[in-house]
Formats: sequence, structure tokens, C-alpha cells
Amino acid sequence: MKWTKKDLLDLESLSRDEIGMVLDTARSFREILDRPIKKVPILRGKTIVNMFFEPSTRTSSSFDMAAKRLMADTVNISPKTSAVTKGETLLDTARNLEAMKIDLVVIRHSASGAPHFLASRIRAGVVNAGDGQHAHPTQGLLDMYTMREKRGKLEGLNVLIVGDVTHSRVARSNIHGLTKMGARVTVCGPATLIPPGIERLGVTVSYDLDQAIRGADVVNVLRLQLERQKKGLLPSLREYSLLFCVTEERIRKARPDVTIMHPGPMNRGVEIDPQVADGAHSVILDQVTNGVAVRMAVLYLLSGGEGQLTEAITKEAN
Amino acid sequence: MQGCNLLVKGGRVIDPLNGRDGVFDILIADGDIKQIAPRIDNPASGTDVIDAAGLVVTPGLCDMHVHLREPGREDEETVESGSRAAAAGGFTAVACMPNTQPVCDNQGIVRLVKSRQTGRCAVHPVGAVTKNLGDEELAEMGDMRLSGAVAFSNDGRPVASANLMRRALDYLRMFDVPVISHCEDLALSADGLMNEGPLATRLGLRGIPNAAEAVMAYRDVQLAALTGGRVHIAHVSCAETVEVVRQAKQRGTRVTAETCPHYCVLTEDAVIGYKEMARVNPPLRSEADRRAVVEGLADGTIDCIASDHAPHSSEEKEVEFDQAPCGMVGLETSLALCWTHLVLAKVLTPSQLVEKMAVNPRAILKIGNGTMEIGQPADLTVFDPAASWTVDPAAFQSKSRNTPFAGMTLSGRAVLTVVGGRVVRPGGRE
Repeated sequence: MKWTKKDLLDLESLSRDEIGMVLDTARSFREILDRPIKKVPILRGKTIVNMFFEPSTRTSSSFDMAAKRLMADTVNISPKTSAVTKGETLLDTARNLEAMKIDLVVIRHSASGAPHFLASRIRAGVVNAGDGQHAHPTQGLLDMYTMREKRGKLEGLNVLIVGDVTHSRVARSNIHGLTKMGARVTVCGPATLIPPGIERLGVTVSYDLDQAIRGADVVNVLRLQLERQKKGLLPSLREYSLLFCVTEERIRKARPDVTIMHPGPMNRGVEIDPQVADGAHSVILDQVTNGVAVRMAVLYLLSGGEGQLTEAITKEAN
Repeated sequence: MQGCNLLVKGGRVIDPLNGRDGVFDILIADGDIKQIAPRIDNPASGTDVIDAAGLVVTPGLCDMHVHLREPGREDEETVESGSRAAAAGGFTAVACMPNTQPVCDNQGIVRLVKSRQTGRCAVHPVGAVTKNLGDEELAEMGDMRLSGAVAFSNDGRPVASANLMRRALDYLRMFDVPVISHCEDLALSADGLMNEGPLATRLGLRGIPNAAEAVMAYRDVQLAALTGGRVHIAHVSCAETVEVVRQAKQRGTRVTAETCPHYCVLTEDAVIGYKEMARVNPPLRSEADRRAVVEGLADGTIDCIASDHAPHSSEEKEVEFDQAPCGMVGLETSLALCWTHLVLAKVLTPSQLVEKMAVNPRAILKIGNGTMEIGQPADLTVFDPAASWTVDPAAFQSKSRNTPFAGMTLSGRAVLTVVGGRVVRPGGRE
């Protein structure tokens, strides 16, 4: 199979085979991260621009690291250092970067659809590193990678997503990816934070965590933005925690070998108990490690990489 | 001003108020309609003759809801450019909204806007209900009315205070002009970006529920009933609002309503791909809503079709979806969209369309008589219903290009208009 997409904008537009291809490619790259010298010259001579218009530590450093592991040149642009603060439009910024002959743009933006806007207007490939409430495809991919790693396969897996689904791009990317790969997805959270029509994406909705967690193979806990209370979506964090915090007591109702995930950053004690976050079931830090491998795979495939991967890596290892 | 001498021969004349729909010749002498008859031959020398065979001749179309951006945003539109766009679209009169910079909330701006008219199209200012579109005090609506304002509206935003809206409706009874209500409960629409529902959920765009419009429409028809004032519900987009208006009319409330071509032709699906050209307020709704709006037009619940012509500069519109301003230009596509998607689709008869686009808006705003009276100045639209054309924003007369209809092939195109007895776009069959 050959990768044909110019951009990675969301998981909705990927086929099951394409998702499988990213995950398989990531597995080949994962091994590099454990080497003493964590670099392969696969993307040497390629230039990748990281445009993060929203604050991000984990995702931006993960993308930057992924590019460096593949020996691409990277340029990091944040709102503070970019001409955006001088009133330049996204379109002009992108056209200027393009004039510098770049290969890929990684973009994080508060506006849903901003990566699509860019992708339709520049020749360089665009990777969505999170857009508004819409999508966070590499997070979805690394979550699926981690689930596959821990549970063997995605087909038939019972995945429970808990929390603020309305405002979560992580939830949407998980839902699209997982349903496509044959997992059964349930979303659970306060009615004010479950968006209208989410069932149409092929998920089951629950408002009762104690019920919904029964039989779960994986619990993916979403971050609760603490300002939701002020917007009248929640009475209090205390009540949220009472109803929806993933606690040790609650995970005992899931499968005994349940896998606990969280995209970070965590509000310990609000959506997840510290004991659970740091406990035996938690794979939260594995997600972070796998994130680098998944992003290496994405950058590699979007740069025109194909089947010769294992050979290329092996060659360098020798 | 010299009126034209014109013989429009063999067109299909649709004049609902006179119950006329058939092939007639129309003789215009010195700008006034002299004669309408099955056949008029040998006009006086110096009379231009237009072969209108196959064309439709109607009372001049009137778009009662446009934004001409003057004063303040003359880079986007002016009264002059907007009038050219109106003429190109077959309109002989428009009513322009007061959300200019500065706001049209006093007689000075009303007079300024009127003074910019070029004769291509009559331009009737709508005054603001409140000073600077604020939530505190009524604007000097009486003075504006005496200066030529035809209605009052805070369009672009609602009159948030129910009490202030009540006072405005009550006050305007003295002048018997309507408040044009932009129905939106701002707390409910809550910075939404598109229609609320499964698609908004999928796209990760904040949704605006139908209720944001319908609860305000209900408030305003109640206030109209309470005061005996006239309310006109602008740009109806959803089924619930159609029902609110339908029931209010059954109760005898003095309410009228308009919708726009885009709510009849497009659904929220036009947003897919984050198409900023499809961002509009109220938002494009579901297919069920689109059908309900069209049904409301057909059964008379919705009186008018107006374009809500909203020019925006490309540098402001071609940005991230959530930053793109709401609205689309409409003057040059309105007639063709309606002819293609309402008349050819057998939703409205040609005569009904003329009622929605010429007769009713004029009656609501009391501008012109919306008919062809012998002895009166000619005010006509002549269009070719069979002309097939593809929307090309670059060819617009408007200064702005923001339309979601680019590339769409439509039937129906204005050939000429006669405004106040003068020919604006001379030309026979194109």
C-alpha cells in the first residue's frame, strides 16, 4: 500500500487501511527511541515548520522531537514570535512560509478547521496538531497505538471515553479512529458536556459512569477545562468529581486488566484520582513515548515515505 | 429629469395586484406607463422598442434587507456600487440596514445615505431602533421617519431588552412603520458558529440552536400583539420560527416575515470543509428547516424574500472559520436562485415569486405601489427566465465577492430595469 494523502487533517478522512499503515509504521519507529543514538537520516533535507497558535508543551515538543529524530530541519513559530501579532493573516503567513520552500507544516490552532483552511491553500503538506474542538488526529493515533500495544488489537475493544466530550478534539479523533477500527466506544459525561448528535458518530452515550465503566477494556479520561463551571455548564468541580472522577473504586467495576489513559495535562483529583493516574493500570506515560513514534510515522508518510522503511532503519542501525 | 419613451413588446407581464399574468405590450411615454395592451403598434417616433418575447416583465423588484456599508466601510460597498449590484440583479428598490459606521441612528445619516443615490435603484434607509444600536435609549425614529427612513431595525443584533422592544413597537404605531427584528437570543446563540446538531458536533464548531431564533421571534410577536405595533421578522431560517409566525398571523397579530434565498437553497452541509463563505447569521440550517421555510413561503406565512446582502472584504472573509464575519452578498444572485430553486422547482408560481420579491416588501415598507398603474411612473424589472449562467463573483458589480454560490449554474437573469421612469440597463435579449 502506498500513502497518497498530502495532509493529515483528521481521522474521519482516513481509511481503516491508512490508520493501520500509520500504526504499523510507528511500530517500526518506536524501536529507534530506545537506541543510544536516537536519530535516523530519513527526513534529512526536509524542512518542517511547527506553527503553534495555542499553548502546548507536550504536543509541540513531541512533534519537534519526532522531526529531529528523523533529522529534518525544524522551524518553530509561536504567536509571540510570529507576524500574527502584527496583524498578518494566517493565509499570508502560510504563503510566506511556502515561499521559503518548506515541506510540511504542523499546525495547532484554536479555530476548528484552521488546518483545512491552510491545506487547501498551500502545496506543502499540513499536519493538524489540534484544531479547536474538532480534531487531534495524532493524539487519536497515539491513543490507538497504545491501546493496540496494551490490548493486542482494536477490533472488539470496549473503550470508554469520560468527561467533557463537547469541547474535546481528542474525543472526536478517538471516536472516528476507534469506530473505524472496529472498537465499541461509549462516551460518558455530564449532559451539558455531551454534544448534540454525538450518537451519529457511532458511539453509545451514558451519563452514569458507574454503569458505563462495567466491562470497559480501556478508559480514556478527558481533561476538564476548569473554566467550564463559570460558563454554567457545571455546578461545581466538586460535583463533577463526585459523578465523573475516575477513582480506584470505580475502575474496580471495569475489567480487571483495564487500561487507563489520559491525553494530559491532568487535573488530578478532578477527572482522575492521583492513585489511578499513577497506578498499575495507567499507561499515561507510555502514551507520551508512543506519541513521538506516531508523529515520526506521520511526518515520514506525509513526506513521501513508503514501504522501504524497515530497510532504511536497519541500514542506519548497522 | 427626462423619462424614457419605451415600448416593451411581447413580454410575459406578471402584475399580481392587477391579477395580470399574460403576454402584453407596455408603452411608456415620458417615463409614465401610458398603455398596457395585448398589442400596441406604431408607437410615437423616438420610442425605443424592446422585443421582450420570452422575457418576463414585473413590477420593479424590491430587496428589503441589504447592507450597503456606507458610511464607514466604503471598501466593501457603497450606495453607488450596491445600486449597480441591485440593478444588475433586477432590483429597482432596496432598503439598507443601519449598522454602518457611524450607525444610521439619526436623520443626518438617513439623509446622507439618500443623497448618495444614483438613480440606478431607489435606496431607502432603515433607521436604528436604539442609539448606536445600544441597549439603553430609543433613537430619534420620528425624525428619521420624516427624513425618509422606511423602517427601524438593529439588524445584526437583536434589541436585547424586551421592554425597550415594547417601547419601540409602541412608539412606531404613530408612524405605522415596522420594526424589523433580527431574532437572536444572544445568550442562547452563545458565540456559536453554525447550526447546532450532529454536523456541528462532527466539525467541532460551536452550534446555534433553532431556539435562539424562535424564542426571540415569539417574544417579538407577543410584544407586537401587546402594543398593536408592526413587527417584521427578518431572515427566518428555521421551522420553529415559521411556526411562530404562522400562529401569530392566525391570531391576527401584525406580523410579517422574510427569508433569504440561501435558507431556501442551502443547508448546513454547505459549511462542510469549513467553508467560510457559508458562515452567515442566522446559520444555514438542516434540510428539515429548509423545507419548512420553503413551505412557509408557499403558504404565505413568509411574505418576502430578501437577500440580506452582506458584503465583506476578502481579507476579512477569507480567514479561519471562527474569525470570518457572517454574511454573503446576494443582490446579484437572489432572483436567479429563486427562479431556479423556487419557481422551476414548482414551489412558488411566478406570480407568487413576484409577490414575495416586489409586491409584499413594498407594501410592508410603503414604498411604491408594486404594480403597473396607467399614468404612474414606470418601475419595472425585465428578466430572461431561460438565461442560464454560472455565478462568477469576479463579474459582480458589488465591491465584494463573498458568496457560497460561486460556480453554481442558475436560470434567470435581469435584462433591464426601469426605475422611476428611466431605463437603467438598456438592452434587449442578451
